[in-house]
Amino acid sequence: MPLSTSSNFARPDDAFRAIVEAHRGLTEEQSADFDAALVLILANHIGDIDVLREALVLAKRRMIDGQQQQQQQQ
Amino acid sequence: MASANTHQAKIQFGYRRHPDQDRPGQSPAEHPVVVVGAGPVGLSLAIDLAQRGQRVVLLDDADRIGEGSRAICFSKRSLEYWDRLGVADRMVDKGVVWSVGRIFHGESQLYQFNLLPEDGHKRPAFVNLQQYYAEAYLVDRISDLPAIDLRWRNKVIALEQRNDSALLTIETPEGAYRLQAQYVVACDGARSSLRQMVGAEFAGQVFEDQFLIADVKMAAEFPTERWFWFDPPFHAGRSALLHRQPDDVWRIDLQLNRYADPVVEKKPENVRPRIARMLGHDKFEFEWISLYKFQCRRMDRFIHGRVIFAGDSAHQVSPFGARGANSGLEDAENLSWKLDRVLRGVSPASLLESYHIERSLAADENIRESTRSTDFMAPNSHQEARLRKAVLALAKETEFGKRMVNGGRLSVPCSYDSPLSSPDADAWAGGPRPGCSMLDAPIATRAGEQAYLTDAFRKGGTAFALLSFSNGAAFDAPDGVKDIRIGGVGGLADPAGLVASRYDAAPETAYLLRPDGYVAARFRHPTRAGVAAALSRAQGLN
Repeated sequence: MPLSTSSNFARPDDAFRAIVEAHRGLTEEQSADFDAALVLILANHIGDIDVLREALVLAKRRMIDGQQQQQQQQ
Repeated sequence: MASANTHQAKIQFGYRRHPDQDRPGQSPAEHPVVVVGAGPVGLSLAIDLAQRGQRVVLLDDADRIGEGSRAICFSKRSLEYWDRLGVADRMVDKGVVWSVGRIFHGESQLYQFNLLPEDGHKRPAFVNLQQYYAEAYLVDRISDLPAIDLRWRNKVIALEQRNDSALLTIETPEGAYRLQAQYVVACDGARSSLRQMVGAEFAGQVFEDQFLIADVKMAAEFPTERWFWFDPPFHAGRSALLHRQPDDVWRIDLQLNRYADPVVEKKPENVRPRIARMLGHDKFEFEWISLYKFQCRRMDRFIHGRVIFAGDSAHQVSPFGARGANSGLEDAENLSWKLDRVLRGVSPASLLESYHIERSLAADENIRESTRSTDFMAPNSHQEARLRKAVLALAKETEFGKRMVNGGRLSVPCSYDSPLSSPDADAWAGGPRPGCSMLDAPIATRAGEQAYLTDAFRKGGTAFALLSFSNGAAFDAPDGVKDIRIGGVGGLADPAGLVASRYDAAPETAYLLRPDGYVAARFRHPTRAGVAAALSRAQGLN
């Protein structure tokens, strides 16, 4: 099963908000720790190494695109 | 590696002059096979070859064994191999049998695992045994085998490759001499001089963190289990391992700062307080102290002309996982039957290429596993450390977190994606696939004696074997292939039904086993032509 990138939540704003609120009041360091745990929990829930790899590629591509844009602006 | 020997060699051997040394330099003695290095791998290989009828010259540059415990964990697979070499009983009798490991984080246990949770196997998951005992028992076995000519203080100093042989120059206390060999097997360890002589690279990853390995002698009440700590109270922020050996000796591994000074760190007066903190007392003596930096690396090719590399000379891993000596022993069992067939001229020399293919795959797997373990113990970056922290925290309350904690993944036989295997043509719901190691199970002989499938495989020599499950009429194995028949008239009994279940067997099912106990092919309804074709393929004949 490929990585689903269509919208899966009936109310996507609730999902985004829930994650944002979980970070409220955390220091940068705590936020990073929190994210690490959350990634591992969600990755295990997906339980499919191919889907996980696709997700990693997608996330990384956003970062690489961001870096290239930054470099172009400089 | 830097080691401080705190005790003397256990056994000293004498150099003896051999008539080969009196031959003129122009006409050196010729031997079919010369094995270089009398460690566990070279000794086992020499025994295996000799049991197959080969004459073997075994050279070692030293004249003693017993300096440091070194490898201590020998796997079920290695014990099954040593069973075939006639030495496993001594290893198991002297060794400390274990199958349970515990992982701790701080003060509390995260989880425990059992490496052999089922009954019905002749050999345990592991025995711990100082390498010098293993070597001593192998040397004893060699004294029963006149086909092995073991020469101490014979150091190879030059190699010349010819078309159909290799010429070795060997230094002894009485000067140098030369030997010609059809094949040379280099079992001369991580710092292999043969590897340098063939000019091969040995590239890979060096881990910056240092580990202190201390063997201490003490009376202690710890159970016979492998205990591994992340961030223990006695060694904050780092990892530690405690493991039992025979003779009241305990192996302790402590991770050190990567900037620690090896000379300072390995001084007994500096090691003692660390260990005393761990044990809560200082009533112990040092047997051996060594400081390591680990490397994970392998040769690109395990065969260079007439020189074949086996064990640490060909590949090196970090020790968390017992994949060093055990993988070297798997090299020996993989190579010996192939080399024997090539030397006897019943298989083409190309069969040896399958040794390189299969064992370099295994080396890659061992390197991958041990690299992951080492990276988990010594994270390379702040973010890796953060992810590890998250795994350790999640392991306290979730099953998936426990499974991600990596305190060493212990050696199991590798599965080969091999040109010698015939792919499955039938439907299977279980059992070892072609390219996998055979599984043990209890059997009973016709006389009602309890035994194991690995005994039946070992009996009568380890040729190819056809393990077949009776369908009433016996299916005859091809010439030269040993019959192991389960059930039916004259067959072995399967009293617990475990042979059938472990091999997903129905009446007529047959497995073709290689001389190293790997599955070459399996059949739901074997035919003479099908078995013959698989046998031919597994022997490198087509």
